[in-house]
Amino acid sequence: MSTVKLFNAGHTACSGCGESLAARLVMEAAGPNVIVTNSTGCLEVFTTRSPQTAWGVPWVHSLFENSGALATGIVAALKAQGKENEARVMAFGGDGSTADIGFGIISGMWERGDDVLYVCFDNEAYMNTGIQRSGLTPFMGATSTSPAGSVTGGNQKQKKNLPMIAVAHGVKYVATASVGYQKDLQNKIKKALEIRGPKYIQILVTCPLGWGSDSSLTIQLGRLAVETGLYPLFEVEEGKITNTMNVAKPKPVEEYLKLQTRFRHISKKPEEIAKIQAIADANFKKYKKDSVLF
Amino acid sequence: MKKVTEGLKAIAETVALCRPEVVSAYPITPQTHIVEELSVIVANGRLKCEFINVESEFAAASVVLGASVAGVRAYSTTSSQGLLLMAEVLFNMAGMRLPVVITDANRAVSAPINIWNDWQDTLTIRDAGMIHLFAEDNQEACDMHLQAFKIAEDHEVMLPVMVNLDGFILTHAFDPIEFPSQEEVDKYLPKYVPLEKLDVKNPLSFGLMGGPDRYLETRYAMAETMKTCPAVIRKAARDFNQMFGRNYGELIEEYKMNDAEIVLVSMGSIISSMKDVADELRAAGKKVGVLKIRCYRPFPVEDIIKALCGKKKAIILEKALSIGGVGILTADIKASLYGQKNVPEISDFILGLGGRDIRISDIKAIVARAEKENVKGEFYGLDPKLVEEMDK
Repeated sequence: MSTVKLFNAGHTACSGCGESLAARLVMEAAGPNVIVTNSTGCLEVFTTRSPQTAWGVPWVHSLFENSGALATGIVAALKAQGKENEARVMAFGGDGSTADIGFGIISGMWERGDDVLYVCFDNEAYMNTGIQRSGLTPFMGATSTSPAGSVTGGNQKQKKNLPMIAVAHGVKYVATASVGYQKDLQNKIKKALEIRGPKYIQILVTCPLGWGSDSSLTIQLGRLAVETGLYPLFEVEEGKITNTMNVAKPKPVEEYLKLQTRFRHISKKPEEIAKIQAIADANFKKYKKDSVLF
Repeated sequence: MKKVTEGLKAIAETVALCRPEVVSAYPITPQTHIVEELSVIVANGRLKCEFINVESEFAAASVVLGASVAGVRAYSTTSSQGLLLMAEVLFNMAGMRLPVVITDANRAVSAPINIWNDWQDTLTIRDAGMIHLFAEDNQEACDMHLQAFKIAEDHEVMLPVMVNLDGFILTHAFDPIEFPSQEEVDKYLPKYVPLEKLDVKNPLSFGLMGGPDRYLETRYAMAETMKTCPAVIRKAARDFNQMFGRNYGELIEEYKMNDAEIVLVSMGSIISSMKDVADELRAAGKKVGVLKIRCYRPFPVEDIIKALCGKKKAIILEKALSIGGVGILTADIKASLYGQKNVPEISDFILGLGGRDIRISDIKAIVARAEKENVKGEFYGLDPKLVEEMDK
């Protein structure tokens, strides 16, 4: 089946939207035999303004914070009808719905061990409502609720480590991916859908509007985030890191930061950039292949 | 054969007879025995059903929403704070036209925290777009569940239905209950046939955004459906009566109303006491009748006009209010009667909040008081000492 039929063009995403590209890649990898639940957010809004839909698979949106529980209900309904082998169930959410408002729901879904692949499209802020800070906004990132003020500059909190929280729940397969590495992203989706039980994949998706980046840099930023160590790519299976994206020569974080206005306020503050560099350096040490995490 | 059963357990047994394929609920007093009993029924293999334990009522409602959109019969149950936590999902479920049935063990809403009965929980979410049914006793509460699924799943309706029964007063009371057989239930309530569902063979999108160009019509369609509901609700009640020989009225029930001058109006378990009061007062020569509202949403405007116009006095007893406004049921009744001819004088009392007992003598005192003058939104049964203390 042609990929166009699963995630159609003609939706209303911004130019250079990393989320729409990632969603298409996910659908292309997943194939037609899936049912998708989608939290409220950019992806939902730009794909399904009634009476139009971009989705070529059965798709449902209910609320901001319940795509995980919808997925549970759908898995249960398939089982009740003896159709559990007819379709795999995926739940989609942005970083805000996943890490913040919907987190309790997702924790419940993982704890129950429901057979759902949860995909978080992480553009690192509440982009749909106008770039407010979420639990996955990176350290120092300026948003409309963590502004670059004269006293405090940008988000003062660390990015919530959701993949490790997933690992601690006993989620069978946890992976990070980036819109900059498309083959890797698709391989992870395919692998996850082979596994029965809870799976979590968090994909970094560039948001030119929210990050203040040129819309031609979507892929490049998706790569730089990984190459600097700020967004390490790894797979965790049954609590053990089974794969990491090897970065032979890490790039300084400045190369990533300078392309985005959300970090402009620290562009002339080497002491602040050093703090972000320290996060990147620590990430390289933290996520090593064969480490047993849980 | 009748079997003496606790209200909640009787409901669990009845729900199981309705063969839901997915059940998800979260425990809350005074509803807990339904979810416990259903989990036992499923665990013992008496009902083939996916029983999903969840971390909140919000999740429970979301799980059954997901199950319903995937095309199966789904059920949940809650009370009070739990219902309010579900509220966002319930509005959504109604807007998505999903025929889920939810039992609400009616309970007061915090603060102060209070686990006892009134109707503040269910009446607070009256605008969600659900059908609200109120049971007078446990037999009716059980039978109402069969009707609720039938009404919800009717293709002319396709809306969620909430079955209300008073917390503790009914939920924990042991009554002789007549349970129908599985064959009878299957005949009255055949397997659910969805209009559309999530299906890889026919991939549709559900829950789309409706902008200013479409939202108004979507809500209009719901309001219009509510107008067609009464016929479906009446038929469900008549068919039930025909098959099982039990009649509780349709949208309303009228008790000794033909020649009544004074009409006591309310919903739920208090109706039984009101009927006793009507009998007693009739024996003393007063022409008293009772109007029971069985279906609160859609509000049975036509039935109420027919029942009340021409009567001398209507006395509304209600266990909820819109604080800063008036009694919620009273507002609906007054709005129904506005502009009609021969409208009765209306007195309305707020009573029984948070489980305060309502005795036969209280209802008689209320009638005596309303006979003297028209009373508007008076709190009945206040303890003057406590009122003074709280005033400080």
